[in-house]
Amino acid sequence: MAEFLINTLGFPAWLAWSATAGVAAFLILNVIAGGALVFIWAERKIAARIQDRLGPTRTGGRFGWLQSLADGIKLLAKEDLMPDGADTLLFRLAPYVSFCASFCAFIAMPFAFDVVGQRLNVGVFFVIAVLGLEVFGVILAGYASASKWSLFGAMREAAQVVSYEVPLGMCVVVPVMLAGSMDLVTIGEKQAGWISNWYLFHDPFTFVIFWVYFTCAVASVNRAPFDLAEAESELVAGFHTEYSGLRWSFFFMAEYGSMFLVSGLAAVLFLGGWNGPIPIAELAGWSDGSAVTAPYAVRLLGCANLLAKATAGVLLMMWIRWTLPRLRIDQVMTTCLKYCTPIAAVMFAGVMLWQLFLPGGLVPGGRQGAISVREGWLEQAAEPPAEAVGVRRSVPQQLAGVAD
Amino acid sequence: MSQVLEDDQRIIEFDVRTDEMLVNMGPQHPSTHGVLRLVLRTDGEIVSELEPHIGYLHRCAEKIGENLTARQWIPYTDRMDYLAAMNMNLGWSLAVEKLLQYEVSEKARHLRVLIAELGRIASHLVGMGAYGLDLGTFSPFLYAFREREKILDLFEEACGARLTYSYITVGGLTADLPPGWLQRCEAFLEQFEPIIREYHTLLTTNAIFVKRTAAIGVLSPEMAVDYGCTGPVLRGSGVDIDLRRDGESIYTAMYDGYAFEVAVMKDGHYPRDHEYPAVPVDAVLGDCWHRFFVRMLEVVQSMDLVRQAIDRYSRCKGPLGEPLKLAEKLPAGDAYLETECPKGQMGFYLVSDGSAIPWRVRARSSSFSNLAVAPELCRGCLIADVPAVVGSLDIVMGEIDR
Repeated sequence: MAEFLINTLGFPAWLAWSATAGVAAFLILNVIAGGALVFIWAERKIAARIQDRLGPTRTGGRFGWLQSLADGIKLLAKEDLMPDGADTLLFRLAPYVSFCASFCAFIAMPFAFDVVGQRLNVGVFFVIAVLGLEVFGVILAGYASASKWSLFGAMREAAQVVSYEVPLGMCVVVPVMLAGSMDLVTIGEKQAGWISNWYLFHDPFTFVIFWVYFTCAVASVNRAPFDLAEAESELVAGFHTEYSGLRWSFFFMAEYGSMFLVSGLAAVLFLGGWNGPIPIAELAGWSDGSAVTAPYAVRLLGCANLLAKATAGVLLMMWIRWTLPRLRIDQVMTTCLKYCTPIAAVMFAGVMLWQLFLPGGLVPGGRQGAISVREGWLEQAAEPPAEAVGVRRSVPQQLAGVAD
Repeated sequence: MSQVLEDDQRIIEFDVRTDEMLVNMGPQHPSTHGVLRLVLRTDGEIVSELEPHIGYLHRCAEKIGENLTARQWIPYTDRMDYLAAMNMNLGWSLAVEKLLQYEVSEKARHLRVLIAELGRIASHLVGMGAYGLDLGTFSPFLYAFREREKILDLFEEACGARLTYSYITVGGLTADLPPGWLQRCEAFLEQFEPIIREYHTLLTTNAIFVKRTAAIGVLSPEMAVDYGCTGPVLRGSGVDIDLRRDGESIYTAMYDGYAFEVAVMKDGHYPRDHEYPAVPVDAVLGDCWHRFFVRMLEVVQSMDLVRQAIDRYSRCKGPLGEPLKLAEKLPAGDAYLETECPKGQMGFYLVSDGSAIPWRVRARSSSFSNLAVAPELCRGCLIADVPAVVGSLDIVMGEIDR
């Protein structure tokens, strides 16, 4: 898109790049915020169905599908309340820190092989690091609220999230090691082909580590049974006790954004990313196995694949939330330090040895499947031929904007 | 104060203690079961002291009772333990009948057993569901309320009210059952029975639930007796007392001929426990898990009693009998009677000077004594254990404050 603006419309370079970045940011923000609204609605419906209720039924006609929007309008119209003793600046700042951290992480999140905000060669690192910033918002909120319950919530959050970063990091390193790259696009691309190419099924260790990752991910985004920071039966509402209206909804959006992010990350790292279980596009001849020449339909299919997997992850988290009681803080820490971390470490070593001794898997050549892995494209992408640049840019890549 | 704390082995990591914080849990708090205020002295997550403050729901019910005739006070007993109003009605009615030395008809007797045991199921369902809520799981609460609604439907058919029934009254019951009620009650029991297994899956045997309740808030049998704990709290500690079996004759006569086993652990076994989940290895007699489990067993026990009562009631011929007059003169004297209510032993005391209006009315609340033990159980536990312990005592503020 930037090239189009510069070459065809004669924009100055800085304006073209800024405009492209703006469009990309707008798309990401709205897709994720819209997604969060849908998830909030879905959670209400799913919780209701699990509990033999109906949930929202009227707003927006059938199924109450506009309920989240109506709630949002209600929250907008609420009085802006702040406790007397609150630290004004930090109290106002905290929701935006959480919100920004959760949404910024989507910059490096690929939705299909070239539908990515910014392809980063340290994508995994970036996502985990930025997601980790979310905890600052919670700590700030708890500290600035001048409420004891908020402070309890913030202390728990600090202890919990910081601890779970350790096993989470170990789990995330495994696909990085298998792919030999921290680039999320490359990791996804390496899993192309049949379902057996997904890192989940790479070897027994990765299968186990996926569940460790999922547990840690649930803990790091503060979902039940690890939602201690906002444990309503103990801490009233935890860190957001004193928040109301739009500020509270920012925390809420951040929570759902993070849920979606960690599920999406699970999909890219372990579940083949945008590659379906069956390489339909290649079998049907829509694509010759080379991503760069694939038509839009294949990219859309990729997006749908990834969104479906990420949504499945989110739904699983909702199911867990509405089934299990909450753990206690010491049990949460025990789970992390006594179980998750050692298991992740052992599995990491296991994958390493597996790669060393059985790089081709148990069945020689079995790793390749019917359709060959698009290794060739990876080499191509590393050094794209100069003449192909203008031709190749397509809508999803325009979305990517400032890529390359 | 600090010397006492330093000597207390139960307070973990005393040497890394930083600063104490005084926190008010309640009276507006999601997990204090009404308007209870708990003042916690905490060191980080560890609670060193807990002090319950009561009185937010005081309505002078006892004083009102000294200005009304015995039957007129029945609706005020409804509002004591509003989750088991039928059992409150029964307790007061029996106390007045004890003073009057009045005996209700055979049919009324069986109907009272039937209604009181259904009330016990309803109360334990709330206790169980709300306990899940205290531990952070929402769904069992609604599963419990779903079934409780069906019991309330039955009560509504019988007496027209869903919460404050005033159904059991001095000298009998206000009305007989409508036609077809027994069949609907049997149908309810039929469909309710398999659902208990669901509760056991979601709570009793759930690994996280066991982790949160086993060996938490251990109440020794001696301490339970010392503090006057009664009901499932006492039986959860392994003390074999149930007034339906051990109470005064006017009360135990009601259960004459009924077969039931008191839900208490004897020699490491609960009665009929082969049909129910095994006691987890971590659980200690007298902990939150046992108190919860005793309630679950009592639900089954009450279902059994309801079935027996249906059978006996339907075989009774003749009229139910009219309740006593609204302003029935009471003989001079006094009477005290304790009955086994779902929350524990609820006692009513009345003194009469010979008029229709009692001279003195007093209620002994089981929740009050049960709550009194909470500070002992919560010393040195974590904040998250406070709702777990207080919830396992299954208190109702309406009964404590009266």
